[in-house]
Parts: sequence; structure tokens; C-alpha cells
Amino acid sequence: MDARTKFNVTVTGPAEGQPMLFAHGFGCDQNMWRHVAPAFADDFRVILFDLVGAGGSDLSAYDPVRHATLQGYADDVLEIIRELDLRDVVFVGHSVSAMIGALAEVAEPERFDKLVMVGPSPRYIDEAAYVGGFAEEDILDMLDSLESNYLGWSAAMAPAIMSNPDRPELGEELTESFCRMDPTVARQFARVTFLTDTRPELARVTTPTLVLQCSNDLIAPVAVGTYVRDTIPGSTMTMLEATGHCPQLSAPHETVAAMAGFVRGGPGE
Amino acid sequence: MTSESLAREAFLEALVYDDPVQLYERAPCGFLSTTPDGVIVKCNGTFRTWIGLEAGDIVGKLSFVDLLTPGGRIYHETHYAPSLKMHDSVREIALDLVRSDGRRLPVLVNATLDRDIDGRPRVIRIAVFDATERRRYERELLRAKEAAESSEERAHSLARTLQQTLIPPTPPTIPLLDVAAAYRPAGDGVEVGGDFYDVFPAGHEDWVVVIGDVCGKGVDAAVVTALVRHTVRALAVGHDEPSRILEGLNEVLLQHETDRFCTVALMRLRRDSDGWYAVLGTGGHPSPLLVRGDAAPEPCGGGGPLIGIFDHPSFAETTLRLLPGDLLLLYTDGVPEGRRDSDLYGDERLLATISRHRGSAADLVGGLVADVLDFQRQDPRDDIAVLAIGVPHA
Repeated sequence: MDARTKFNVTVTGPAEGQPMLFAHGFGCDQNMWRHVAPAFADDFRVILFDLVGAGGSDLSAYDPVRHATLQGYADDVLEIIRELDLRDVVFVGHSVSAMIGALAEVAEPERFDKLVMVGPSPRYIDEAAYVGGFAEEDILDMLDSLESNYLGWSAAMAPAIMSNPDRPELGEELTESFCRMDPTVARQFARVTFLTDTRPELARVTTPTLVLQCSNDLIAPVAVGTYVRDTIPGSTMTMLEATGHCPQLSAPHETVAAMAGFVRGGPGE
Repeated sequence: MTSESLAREAFLEALVYDDPVQLYERAPCGFLSTTPDGVIVKCNGTFRTWIGLEAGDIVGKLSFVDLLTPGGRIYHETHYAPSLKMHDSVREIALDLVRSDGRRLPVLVNATLDRDIDGRPRVIRIAVFDATERRRYERELLRAKEAAESSEERAHSLARTLQQTLIPPTPPTIPLLDVAAAYRPAGDGVEVGGDFYDVFPAGHEDWVVVIGDVCGKGVDAAVVTALVRHTVRALAVGHDEPSRILEGLNEVLLQHETDRFCTVALMRLRRDSDGWYAVLGTGGHPSPLLVRGDAAPEPCGGGGPLIGIFDHPSFAETTLRLLPGDLLLLYTDGVPEGRRDSDLYGDERLLATISRHRGSAADLVGGLVADVLDFQRQDPRDDIAVLAIGVPHA
């Protein structure tokens, strides 16, 4: 199966534009970018996709072994990049996808021009002097919370996961499927997301990176954003007034403005 | 209108025009209003009682997420909040509230996001329902589902283990004889089938090749299959003739407390000058097929009484010589009786498939199994065992 189908890839903007690849975070799908991505579609080739198991991705592409680590998800990103033959990619990753982008960049840096990390965290669990914001039991508690919430609709969501071009209501359904994920995949993805430690990889990132940090983000506190900025060589951080973990939804204009200068600036080295 | 009915009407009217403040404060669910970023600006008495805090401790001071467990906060920030911004409402979100004394209250939450005329978020209204009992029940259901899944997994692995004891993982290597075999269980492989095969040495120079099918499926059939396989091995020590081995097997099955029977094709092979000399005996089993040169496959032996039913059956023997280039195919009835809807795989397809795969024993076994499975859309209703031997060219 090709990557376009597997990951429900959608492409807008001029074909000759510099590619700008948006990756959504845990719990969401590409609809997450609906207020931000269009602002770049005049001059960039804007590419959106769903992580495997989320939104309109093909569930059969989920492989418990490959996707037991974030590297598996990073390999998915590289698969898209290779299939679409993208070069000089501006990669915009939200939440865990900021780390997925970092891993992809470390594997094939020559493909990337810039990284934008929205609310990144390389490690959610506190450890010695490092403050991630959570204790390990908080993460287990969250897995419990996931189970309770996926209980009611695990069967109901199946049709939205299978793509079916004969059904005109599909577009609507995909929006409805927002924040929905196959329960088994969601649980494993939650484990991988919240128990992985990507800190050692950050220092190996060589592509110019911008960290967008929200005020009062429970998931990725300011101290964590600062850690990411201090660890990725030559990266910069912009503080947003937006609160919460999803500025692209709560403050899309501010988010677009904070990215614009960086992504339209000259090419990275 | 009587005075009594007038009084009742007045009473009902008074109920309808209940004091709106009481209606809000004492509603049988918690009500909250928050700013778009979550700070609680108003909440009702029911909610304050559940939480165990006064209005002064809550309003303007706490956000809704502050009242959740840490895990619930993650869920709130990654699912609930984005979904609310996207759809302007969320329904039936399961969360735990943390009361002032630290105890948890499992709740279900519905929320709506109100926007001003310019579409800017104005206020979030949240209704909270006590779901203590429901959540307990859900947890029981979840545990039961997990238990069911793990016992299904155990059953699968038991079936696999059991099946492996009936089928040698790889046939032995025999000088100057190619052996290939394959086994595919019926359906999803949860149930152990009754098909088996075995290849083992007998005496100094001889080899015994056996294939069979015990009627039925499941553990009971597997027990009999194991008995049959080991009985054949034991009998082959003392008896050279396949017919005598089948007779002995018949007696063992009759004496065993089972009414299961089986079909068997059994062959004793001895190396001779330029190939192999074979004596074949069958009890109720499909005829093995000899594939020689470009000629049509030729049935050898076959038929005979089922084993484990009759008191004094007699089994015929067929002798044949296998020459370089020859292939001999043995199979169970899962092959010709493979079904697609009302269509049988049948002998004609079997012969056609053989003629396309006469290159080697491995080619024949691989090609035939693949074709039978394709015919049944990869979902065979009976198990399939296929074994081929071939004499390589010198």
C-alpha cells in the first residue's frame, strides 16, 4: 500500500512550493491544523497526514512491533517524505510529533530545512533534576482514563477508519472522527508517547529549529520547552500568550504569526 | 372545577415556576461555567457539595483541570479541550474529580462552548454526572473482556502446541529422497485438527511415511491423533508390512475408549539400485498420486476399510518402484473437499494443479497448498495435510 493511502496524506498549495509537512499530536488528527495550515498554502506545498491509527489512516498499517517505539512513527514520516520525494522540508510537529520529527531529522537530516516544534516534550516523567511535569503513576492513571473513554465507541468508529470513496458523507465523518483513535492503538501510542525518553536524541538535531511554547501548558510546561531549546543546538523559542496545549486551535493567528518569520526566512544551513 | 382540582393545579404551577436559583443550585447534576481557557466562574451547590469546597475557594481561583486527576488532565488537554474547540461540544467524557479530601468521584462530563457573535469563544458550560456505579460496572466489563481475550490467547497457544506434537516441524533429511510436507489448520487455527503425518526410519535402511486423518476436531480428536501417530511408530518396529501395521492400529483403536476412527496411508520405503522400492497400504484414505514424467498423475492403492470400526478388516498392499524424477503425493481429504460456497475443489483441480507444479517435492507441496487455500479464500473449513516425496535425478 502506498504511503498516501496509509497515512491519509492530503496535499494543497503550489506543487513547486517548498514542502511544509504538518504532523498532529497524540489524541488528534490532521484536522488539528485546519486553522493554521491554510495560512501557508499560498507559497508552500502543504502536506497533512494522519498518524497510523488516527483519523483517516489505514488501520492495517499499524504494526505492534514497528510502532512500539517513536522511531517507528519517525520511519512513517520518512516513508511519506521519500514517496512524495520531498526535499528541504519544513516540518511542523505538535506535541509528540515534535519528537517524531526530531527522530526523522536525526535519521535523514539532508531532507529537512527547518523544524517547528509546537509544545514539544522529550520526556514527560520527572527524573532527578529534570522536570517533565508528571510522575510515572500519573501516566498509568491516564491510560486508565483512556480505557474508560474508549469504552463506548470502539465499534462505532470503525467506519470512519476505513476509507470508502463511495460514501459522500466521508468528509464529514472524518471531521467527526477527530480525536478518535483505534482504542488498542491509542493505548499503545499513549504508552510510547508518554514513557519514551527522547532527550538523548535532541543534541543530535542539526536542522534549524523553532520551539513554540504556550503559557500554562500542563502537558509541556515552560521548563520543558526551555530544556528543548537549550538542548537542540542553535534553536530558538517563542513564547505564546496562548494557554493550554493546542495553540493551533485556541490561538491560530498567534501561532501562524509566530511561525511565519521563521519558516519564510532564508534557508537553513 | 372542584376546589380540590384547583388546589392541585396551583400546586403543579408552583412546581413549574420553581425558583430558578434553586433549580440551578440543587439540580441533580453538577453545573459549572468557565472561561474559554478553563477558569471556573460559576458552579452550583451540587457540584460544591461533591467537591467539598465553598464557592469562595473555587470561583476565579480554580480551573476545571485543577479538579481532575493528573491522568485526567492529560486526557483533558489532549482530547477533551481540542475536541471542544473543534466541535463546540463534547459528550460523555469519563473523568475522575478529586474532592477536597483527596477521594475520587468518577463522573461523566458533557460540555458546550458558547461563542459571541464574532465567533470568539465566550464561555464553556459543563454538566457533571456522578457515574460511580456505572464506572465500576464498566471496569468489571473491561476486566471480563481482558480475561476473555487472554483465555482465547491461551486456547490459541494450546492448540498450536498440541498441533505441533502431531506434526514434525520439518521432515527428516533422507539421502537420495526429497521430502516436503505442509499442514494448514482449518479456519483461524484455534481448534486442533485431526490430520497428521510422520516420516521416520525403520530398521537399518527402511523409512516409513505415513499420513492420516482422525475424524473430528478438538482436544478429543487430538488425543486420538497422538495415539495413532505413536502406535504406528511402535508397530513399525516389529512389522514390515504396512497391512500388518494397519491391522494392529485398527485393534488398538477398537480397544481404546473412543468411537473415533481414522484414515491412513502408510508406506514403507527401501532404497534399491536406481530408486526406491515402496510398499503402500491404505485404510479408507484417498489414493496417493504418482507423478511420472509428463504423464497424468496415476493413483496408487487407496481405499480399503476405515481404521477403528471393523473387527477383522483386511488391508490390501500395493507395491511400486519410484525412479529418478518421480514424485509421489499424499494428501488428506481437506484438499479435494476444500469448499468455496457450494463449489468443491475436486479431483480435476487437484490434477491440474499437480501438472503445474511437478518440478520438485517442495514445489508440489507449496503450489498445491497455496492453490487450495486461494480457492477457499484463505479460510479452509477443514484442515489440510500434504506430503510429497521425490527421487532426485542422480
